[in-house]
Amino acid sequence: MTVPSLEVRGLAFAYPDGHQALFGVDMTIARGERVALLGPNGAGKTTLVLHLNGILTAGAGEVMVAGLPVAKENLQEIRRRVGIVFQDPDDQLFMPTVRDDVAFGPANLGISGSELDDRVHDALDKVGMAEFADRPPHHLSFGQRRRVAVATVLAMGPEILVLDEPSSNLDPASRRELADVVRALDVTVFMVTHDLPYALELCPRSMVLSGGVIAVDAPTRDLLTDDTLLAEHRLELPFGFDPRSAPTVPA
Amino acid sequence: MAAGHVHKLYRHGHSPVHRLPAHVKVVTLLAFVIAVVATPREAFWAFGVYAALLVTVAFIARVPGTFILRRMVVEIPFVVFAVLLPFIAGGERVDVLGLSLSQEGLLAGWNILAKGTLGVVASILLAATTDARALLLALQRLRVPPVLVEITSFMVRYADVITDEMRRMKIARESRGFVGGSRKQLGVVAASAGALFIRSYERGERVHLAMLSRGYAGQLPVLEVQTAAAVQWAGAALLPLTALIVSVVAWITL
Repeated sequence: MTVPSLEVRGLAFAYPDGHQALFGVDMTIARGERVALLGPNGAGKTTLVLHLNGILTAGAGEVMVAGLPVAKENLQEIRRRVGIVFQDPDDQLFMPTVRDDVAFGPANLGISGSELDDRVHDALDKVGMAEFADRPPHHLSFGQRRRVAVATVLAMGPEILVLDEPSSNLDPASRRELADVVRALDVTVFMVTHDLPYALELCPRSMVLSGGVIAVDAPTRDLLTDDTLLAEHRLELPFGFDPRSAPTVPA
Repeated sequence: MAAGHVHKLYRHGHSPVHRLPAHVKVVTLLAFVIAVVATPREAFWAFGVYAALLVTVAFIARVPGTFILRRMVVEIPFVVFAVLLPFIAGGERVDVLGLSLSQEGLLAGWNILAKGTLGVVASILLAATTDARALLLALQRLRVPPVLVEITSFMVRYADVITDEMRRMKIARESRGFVGGSRKQLGVVAASAGALFIRSYERGERVHLAMLSRGYAGQLPVLEVQTAAAVQWAGAALLPLTALIVSVVAWITL
């Protein structure tokens, strides 16, 4: 068996004020999988995400990215391997132009010259934003900014793409465009969301983070059709949405 | 770059001044301003020459006079101060149009007004012919401390974001029946300013996290090294060199 993209074992974490957010998270994501992490607001989803690239340091347990443990001496390589796309693209895009922003990550890895240009162009091309390279981020639409945010981490050649609430604030067209982009990528995807239809559309497998542990790990369609399970973890489908009749989207 | 997608101080164009590398323009501006400031205030003719030099630059850069005039409003506070000086300064008095004015104050006011205006116009010309990104690269190239360049860079990036946030807060306030203007309402406005500060502070923290996540290790990478040909340096140097000569002549003939 090949090394999984992401392996988390017994991860526990308490904030400095004593509030414990994670109580022993275990999960494994194989290379090339697309997995959704579901959970209501305040379940600790973002806290978990910040452990994946070593922004937060585990109180107990360990995180391995493609076999490499998340530890101080590996941080630079870990941050190359784990590409986090944050919820608010205005937090992620801080350089004067789209091109500079996409170049920021690879340049930090020491890439320069024509290789850097190629990386920037490829990444923007994958999200369909190549023609906007010279624009300041502020003048793009929200959906465009989110796609550029995806490009900024794709340019680092990540092992795993972590999307924090990727569909929030997107109009339906931007939502579909982003889904098309994600589906076309040849990379492991870990998507944190409470948008259940979006999870079904993009991820064959889902996990539920509840009470600081992974409470459920199942095929997304099975999970969404189990009403008792959903209610137990404060998850709800939008009005009128029936996962039984939703079409299967080709991978 | 499409029109309408740039900062309002910048005026898109393809003149020789636009094409000059930004760091050359920054050095030129600095040298010019130093020469102007070093000129004795009594050498009135010299300031006329400086003004003519700037008009020439504006002409080459195809920046219209109205564009410059409208942006000169930033200078108004200094103008007010300069105009007050002849009235409040002491020393010998002279009568101008029936007003008794201080001679020393007149000279001091003139000094501030002339040198300030020349500096402002020169800066407007720099901003009009250089976009913000190029200016930042220029600062990096001129080895301005990285922290200052980063702060400036974030200011450029987030000024619009924060202005937008402020505008949304204002709309939200007014949608709930708030009418500004009276002194009683100052508390509400102050609270909004506080909220805006907290939000910006928290955004700063989130931006930092996002930067760390992409391998930021304390320094922005140098993405583009600007280079200037000797011809470009020489062309740009014409402005401060002429100003320097004028300044020296003014001292000698004083």
